[in-house]
Amino acid sequence: MIKAILVFNNHGKPRLSKFYQYFDESLQQQIIKETFQLVSKRDDNVCNFLEGGSLIGGSDYKLIYRHYATLYFVFCVDSSESELGILDLIQVFVETLDKCFENVCELDLIFHADAVHHILSELVMGGMVLQTNMNDIMARIEEQNKLVKQEAGISAAPARAVSAVKSMNIPQQIKDIKLPDLPQAIKDLKF
Amino acid sequence: MALKKVKGNFERMFDKNLTDLVRGIRNNKDNEAKYISQCIEEIKQELRQDNISVKCNAVAKLTYIQMLGYDISWAGFNIIEVMSSSRFTCKRIGYLAASQCFHPDSELLMLTTNMIRKDLNSQNQYDAGVALSGLSCFISPDLSRDLANDIMTLMSSTKPYLRMKAVLMMYKVFLRYPEALKPAFPKLKEKLEDPDPGVQSAAVNVICELARKNPKNYLPLAPIFFKLMTTSTNNWMLIKIIKLFGALTPLEPRLGKKLIEPLTNLIHSTSAMSLLYECINTVIAVLISISSGMPNHSASIQLCVQKLRILIEDSDQNLKYLGLLAMSKILKTHPKSVQAHKDLILACLDDKDESIRLRALDLLYGMVSKKNLMEIVKRLLGHMERAEGSGYRDELLYKVIEICGQSSYLYVTNFEWYLTVLVELIQLEAGSRHGRLIAEQLLDVAIRVPVVRQFAVNEMTNLLDTFTVSAQSNSMYEVLYAAAWIVGEFAAELEDAEKTLNILLRPRQLPGHIQGVYVQNVIKLFARLATTCLELQDLPGIVRLCDHLLEKLQHFNGSSDIEVQERANSACMLIEMLRTQLAQNTDNSSGSIPPLAIEIVQEMALLFAGELIPVAPKAQRKVPLPDGLDLDEWINAPPPDDASSSSSSEHDKDELFVSSLSTTGNKGGNDGTNSGRRRPSLELTPEQLERQRQARLIEQSNNPHYLKSTPTIGGGGGSSSNADQYDNIDDIPITELPLELEGVSALRVGITKRSDKYLQEQQAATAASHQGKDGKKKHKKTKKSKKAKNKVAYNSSSESEGEMKPMHIVNTTLDMPEGVSLSDSEDKDGKYDPNDPHRALDIELEITDFETISRSSGKKSKENLKAPTGTENLATTASTTAALPSSSSSKKEKKKDKEKSREHKSRKATTATAATQQIVGDLIDAGTPIASPSKNALTSISVSSNNNTTISDAAAVQPAAHHKKKKKNKDKSSTSIIDVDNDAAVASAPAATTKSHKKKHKRDKTEHKEKVSGYEEPLGISTPSKEIF
Repeated sequence: MIKAILVFNNHGKPRLSKFYQYFDESLQQQIIKETFQLVSKRDDNVCNFLEGGSLIGGSDYKLIYRHYATLYFVFCVDSSESELGILDLIQVFVETLDKCFENVCELDLIFHADAVHHILSELVMGGMVLQTNMNDIMARIEEQNKLVKQEAGISAAPARAVSAVKSMNIPQQIKDIKLPDLPQAIKDLKF
Repeated sequence: MALKKVKGNFERMFDKNLTDLVRGIRNNKDNEAKYISQCIEEIKQELRQDNISVKCNAVAKLTYIQMLGYDISWAGFNIIEVMSSSRFTCKRIGYLAASQCFHPDSELLMLTTNMIRKDLNSQNQYDAGVALSGLSCFISPDLSRDLANDIMTLMSSTKPYLRMKAVLMMYKVFLRYPEALKPAFPKLKEKLEDPDPGVQSAAVNVICELARKNPKNYLPLAPIFFKLMTTSTNNWMLIKIIKLFGALTPLEPRLGKKLIEPLTNLIHSTSAMSLLYECINTVIAVLISISSGMPNHSASIQLCVQKLRILIEDSDQNLKYLGLLAMSKILKTHPKSVQAHKDLILACLDDKDESIRLRALDLLYGMVSKKNLMEIVKRLLGHMERAEGSGYRDELLYKVIEICGQSSYLYVTNFEWYLTVLVELIQLEAGSRHGRLIAEQLLDVAIRVPVVRQFAVNEMTNLLDTFTVSAQSNSMYEVLYAAAWIVGEFAAELEDAEKTLNILLRPRQLPGHIQGVYVQNVIKLFARLATTCLELQDLPGIVRLCDHLLEKLQHFNGSSDIEVQERANSACMLIEMLRTQLAQNTDNSSGSIPPLAIEIVQEMALLFAGELIPVAPKAQRKVPLPDGLDLDEWINAPPPDDASSSSSSEHDKDELFVSSLSTTGNKGGNDGTNSGRRRPSLELTPEQLERQRQARLIEQSNNPHYLKSTPTIGGGGGSSSNADQYDNIDDIPITELPLELEGVSALRVGITKRSDKYLQEQQAATAASHQGKDGKKKHKKTKKSKKAKNKVAYNSSSESEGEMKPMHIVNTTLDMPEGVSLSDSEDKDGKYDPNDPHRALDIELEITDFETISRSSGKKSKENLKAPTGTENLATTASTTAALPSSSSSKKEKKKDKEKSREHKSRKATTATAATQQIVGDLIDAGTPIASPSKNALTSISVSSNNNTTISDAAAVQPAAHHKKKKKNKDKSSTSIIDVDNDAAVASAPAATTKSHKKKHKRDKTEHKEKVSGYEEPLGISTPSKEIF
């Protein structure tokens, strides 16, 4: 079982945190901090396994991580997972990100944290490895993206625009601010 | 102006999406907290609106904020709203937020049951998929119970994607709702042979997780797994299966024997390191379980060790680490084969990687011998000097003590050396948390190795003198405890006892319990010094000593620690007593010590005479339970429940007083107590009273816990029938101890100070030591008979001393009860986590063929009466999913079922034969109700079989392509060609849109590039995925 998946940068800023066991938010932050301290002080040419931190797991748990440029990808797993297997899984995860974002970099993770979560959910579900074949993973992700796009294209955008106008209560607003030229103002808005 | 305001308002209200939020946070690095709290306010406003898109946007932002450590559980209700949206986009965001912040104890989850059920049964497989992913993170026992059937239905969905997810989901359901395991298991087993490799792999995964904690229940599945192992090429699944076998083999040695061959084949053939490594691990597990009776198992061990050596020699640090890890498993059972690679392991001690050094340290205890111990310890000490990080230094310290102390200092040849090492450790590592451990070692060595005591007391005097207590050494000061005790207890060995006494009396800031030991040992030293003064007839010497002590002890008298105070006070009183006796004589007569004072000094010396023997931690067991003492019996009968008996007991209580009065025979005394409330018992006639008294006396005499005043024992403990009731301490039989002495001897005693010199000496003396070795061997053989006493052992040691060079003998005698070994772990059960959900999952599963079911179906009607567990219940609801309204009645049924299952369990325990029958009965019950949904599944599969043919064709093609990919994986460009081929067919339509999207995305990137260049650095995943996939 995978207990947690953490991605943070060289300064310990979290870029993705997925816990498969409940911890409250402050404890989550402590775990990220502790993990960062454990991982960051290691050279690049040492092995990728670490005995688990005190907060997460204990003796049965291992931290398995990879360091890519500015990011650390850390998986906290118990003894039922193969160490080398998890290393490869991290590689698959990163390669999938690379495919989805085209030459992925930290900024992609920063601005599309939700997308990263969705990608991850195709690899790991509830702490168990779901799919390891990258082509299958990509196919699933693309199908879902298509679904989202369909919804956005057909119904969502106009609905959203309409609702925006509706809930804005323009007449009231206009009354409040007493605009001289109402039609012109609306034209300028261009939504 | 006004227009701008409108626009700004507009943006603030609607356009601040996740990207804006992230950008905003990045622009407000200095006051991030303030900015975020402002954003949360905005989000709260957005959540108040009716529009689902706005809410969705708000929830997406909340998810991001949650990652930064903010509590968003207040928005739980809104998250559920978003989850319930009919649009996939919103749903996905909602479930993501839920998976991040909901937890099984959330009360809100009650609201979600029906919504999640709807999603699970949705036409769109991704709706169900998203729901399953989310649910896997926050599923609660209630949700598990209510949704178990829906998820089980999904396990036989036509879509492999859903089947796969549902299978994994079932594991989470089992954890929260163990009752689901039994009815779901047949289906889970079915999935092991699913046509889709993903589903197969998921099923293997789930069963592995289940079997890891309760392996014995899954042994019958071994043939299926064996078949999978020999046929599958999916490395990921193979690893899981092989790991599972590793857990199963300890239970069934025959399985292990069967496994060896295919596993060794795999070891030879596979190129995947991960698979190789797991194979080796499992082979090791097999070899451990069948440690004997395998003709060619030494060959397998050899193969494993050989392969591990290759791993350890690899330049890849990961393989090195794992190789050492596996080595340590072999070491436990086959130390010889590992010792052959001593050079390699010792080389790893110098590795630059701390993890690897730690693993090598683990192996070290198997590598030491009498010859190389000093050298290894020297290396470790060298590491300690250089190492950074207190954690690693502590570990080193611990290992030094572990390897030296193992099996009663088997490898320590020179205890002066060992004591020097311990002292050096103390000086090296003032901040260590192992102070107590070192203290124990010091005490142990000093007590058990009599020859080294003289050396020890002098070393300890130095230590007491030089050890500086700093704020950092919060644990190391424990060694002072040991040091003080040793110099006091073995004061006779001291060269200059007075100097040591003065060191102990020096006022220092120490914790109470150590000061207490100081005071106690000051008296011991004093007694020693006074005795020597007596021998010399040195009256002024004693007087001076007394005065000095009385003065110095004042310091301890004022201690805030009660223990120190008490000890210091009694010490003062004792010395003052002596002082007054002495004072009588100093005034008048010449030089001679008064006889009373001599007596006092002698008494004091007697106080501390006698040898202390180490006591084993479990020595208590040595004391047998006296006959007639039943610890389970009530000391006082528990108060009866019903009202009548309670009133009667009250009555008895009253009687106690009354009868005691009546025995005095003074009725007037009763009348004299002019209390207003007269007790009812007073109205009893004398005959009644007498009768009650008799009855009570009889009861008392039969009650072993009652202290009787009447003396019943005749002379010499004659009345043996009663004797066992009078638990006299002297009557407790004490069994004689089996005492063994194993002489572990030293070669030579060096007089040099530092530990290195011992090493040099040893090396120099190797040639000369042959003679000593012979003697040692002889000595080792002389094992004492069981009844041998310590004293005898000491005598023999001194005898041998006369014959040979001075020798260090470890006294391995411990006060130990028979049949108890030190390594016995009493708290084995304590390791069990009571909250571990797997304990509830320890359910016997009937994994048999259908034939047995049909054969035994005749018994069905009879067995059905005993219908065990919630199987039936669950299964019936399975067949009729819509049968919700009857939930209240079904709950009652459940209760009944639970009772029945309890009953059922106890019955199982009593008779094995009945148990097997019961299992057959279970089988029938589990088998029949499931049949109905599976029939449905069958039909649905046959309906969709037309579609499936194409899929299965594709599946058949896929492995081939897969193979190709594996080979070409190293060359990334070539693999991408395959990918493009695959993708082009599927996603040609959205290609254009994605491209435009990407363009926009790139613009976004360049925008940020100017600000922070570091983020723009591509992650550079040039290294291809290694092997598995």
